[in-house]
Amino acid sequence: MTTHYLVLSALLFAIGAIGVLVRRNAIVVFMCVELMLNACNLAFVTFARQQGNLDGQIIAFFVMVVAAAEVVIGLAIIVMIFRTRRSASVDDANLLKY
Amino acid sequence: MEPAEIIQHSGGVIGVSWLMVALPLLGAAILLLFGRRTDRWGHLLGVAMSLGAFAVAVAAFVQLLGLPEAQRRQGVRLYEFIPGLADMGLLIDPLSISFALLITGVGSLIHIYSIGYMSHDPGRRRFFAYLNLFVAAMLLLVLADNYVVLFVGWEGVGLASYLLIGFWQFKPTAAAAAKKAFIVNRVGDFGLLIAIFTIWTTFGSVAFNELTGGAVDGAISSGDASQGTITAVGLLLLLGACGKSAQLPLQSWLLDAMEGPTPVSALIHAATMVTAGVYLVVRSGAFFEAAPTAQLVVTIVGVATLLAGAIIGCAKDDIKKGLAGSTMSQIGYMMLGAGLGPVGYAFAIAHLIAHGFFKANMFLGAGSVMHAMNDEVDMRKYGGLFSVMKVTAATFMIGYLAIIGFPLLSGYFTKDGIIETAMEHNQILGWLAVVGAGITGFYMSRMVFMTFFGKRRWADDAHPHESPSVMTVPLILLSIGSVFLGAFLILDNRLMRFLAPAVGLPEHLPGFHPFSVPGLTTLALVAVGVVYAWFRYGAAEVPRLAPRGSFLTTFARRDLYGDALNEALFMRPGQWLARFAVFFDNRGIDGLVNGLAAGIGGTSGRLRRIQTGYVRSYALSILFGAAVVVGALLYVGNM
Repeated sequence: MTTHYLVLSALLFAIGAIGVLVRRNAIVVFMCVELMLNACNLAFVTFARQQGNLDGQIIAFFVMVVAAAEVVIGLAIIVMIFRTRRSASVDDANLLKY
Repeated sequence: MEPAEIIQHSGGVIGVSWLMVALPLLGAAILLLFGRRTDRWGHLLGVAMSLGAFAVAVAAFVQLLGLPEAQRRQGVRLYEFIPGLADMGLLIDPLSISFALLITGVGSLIHIYSIGYMSHDPGRRRFFAYLNLFVAAMLLLVLADNYVVLFVGWEGVGLASYLLIGFWQFKPTAAAAAKKAFIVNRVGDFGLLIAIFTIWTTFGSVAFNELTGGAVDGAISSGDASQGTITAVGLLLLLGACGKSAQLPLQSWLLDAMEGPTPVSALIHAATMVTAGVYLVVRSGAFFEAAPTAQLVVTIVGVATLLAGAIIGCAKDDIKKGLAGSTMSQIGYMMLGAGLGPVGYAFAIAHLIAHGFFKANMFLGAGSVMHAMNDEVDMRKYGGLFSVMKVTAATFMIGYLAIIGFPLLSGYFTKDGIIETAMEHNQILGWLAVVGAGITGFYMSRMVFMTFFGKRRWADDAHPHESPSVMTVPLILLSIGSVFLGAFLILDNRLMRFLAPAVGLPEHLPGFHPFSVPGLTTLALVAVGVVYAWFRYGAAEVPRLAPRGSFLTTFARRDLYGDALNEALFMRPGQWLARFAVFFDNRGIDGLVNGLAAGIGGTSGRLRRIQTGYVRSYALSILFGAAVVVGALLYVGNM
């Protein structure tokens, strides 16, 4: 019964991961990260239902809080990068290297 | 007769005999510490301190003569020097006081002479400071009552010798000669040090009064010391003596040491310091008498050096180097005497004292000649100087007659004593010593004929003149000693009986036999040498440039290839070793360290290429890592 939810969670996570790896637009990459987080939340909630306790749900709340904070900071960074470089491509922001 | 016991004493002049060392030391300290302020009167202070030491020595000598023979070894303990090892103590006995009189007496004359000789030198004060330092160290050497204090003096004279050879340090040759003297002496000092270590571990003492012949014999019979140990001690002491006294095989520094000012050559490298080796052998008689092998080696070294020095003396055109060869040779005689036991000791010391006078006399004479000839040392540029500097020439001739053993002059008695004693001991050594005396006759005559007789071969700008009386008076005093000292010391065995409390007395006192076969042969050979020298250098023209000469001449001119030998045996292998060490350090040790650093640097240079700056590549590695962790967890969980 819960298997469908888990499969959906795995699919969402895979889509998010591939998106992070292949997309260049920082906003899209960021959204893919959010997708991965929500895939995890879905898995947590599903397991909570399956096990019959509340641990997974509690952690899902934590993840949401962290994700909200992350969105604030992450978007701020992306906006700053866009302002200085007129580009939101993650490949352009490659100065921190050897 | 065995040497007398040493008794502790503190009264009279002997009680303050430390003044002998302290006065010149104070002089050196004042002259060196107060620097230029003492320039005007520094030389006078130096002379005064030296004369003061001489006065103390004479007074101590007189007091010693007033004591009965059994009490003529007086120890003066000053303070604890190295706790448990050695006290700073002086020993006033006939042997040490003889040396003290020679050092302070001849030393004072040379101090006075130097006032004139160094009068134009800007470094005269420094010169007198070093001379005083030398006198202090030399007196400490001979007055010490144990080997450790003796060693302090031994190193002190080495230092003074180094400073004075290199006195004109702006001359590269002088600086090199000073360094050479110091390094060669170090080899000998090393031997002396090991000898002292061995004595300390074997006998538990370094004091002379506990290292008597009885103590050595006792240690051998009780098994505390093997015969081999005593022989080793003797040979190591001999090594030390060879270094200081320029005996084979450590002779090479003495000829170069003539780079120093002439009074230095006279005082240090003829009269006193170079005889310290003979003193050491005589003072350590207890060891040598118990080790016949070591004694034999001493005599062989002596004979080899007396011949080598004489041969070198034959070919040198530099008057000081000729005299240096002669010094080597005469110290060879002393060494030979010192290796012959108690009979020889007295002759060796008598020859040493007489030699101190006539050789200092001739060196100062040579200095006077150089002073007159604008510091020219090449005898081929001298000639006919007798008429211009009569006092110098006459005193030099007296020294010359004394050294070749002209009848009734000093060398005649002292050298004959050594030859006769050697003859009784070992015929071969004796006859070789006779041959050496013949060669002495030749090379000394050559020197005199080339310098004072024959045609004038002077440089164009030379205007020789007699030296001032501050220089000639010491010459006259020294030449008086050269005439009478030998007869005074040898006849009636006077010195031998005087030294008896210090070194023992042989059972049969030798008589003086003027008409023995060796004595007459010596005289005949010397006469042949003189006549041959007259024909070669007196009657015949002396070329102003040295002729090429035979193989033998070259051999002698090159100091018997001693330097070449040292270079091939020690210097070049040493250089190779140093070069190998440098190579090993640069390529081996540095290579290892640098290689390791370069390896790590190179690897990290390659590794940092991973840091591309692309977010997705980091994300991929994180994903990959997470997959590995999950896989590992699953694998472990399923096990």
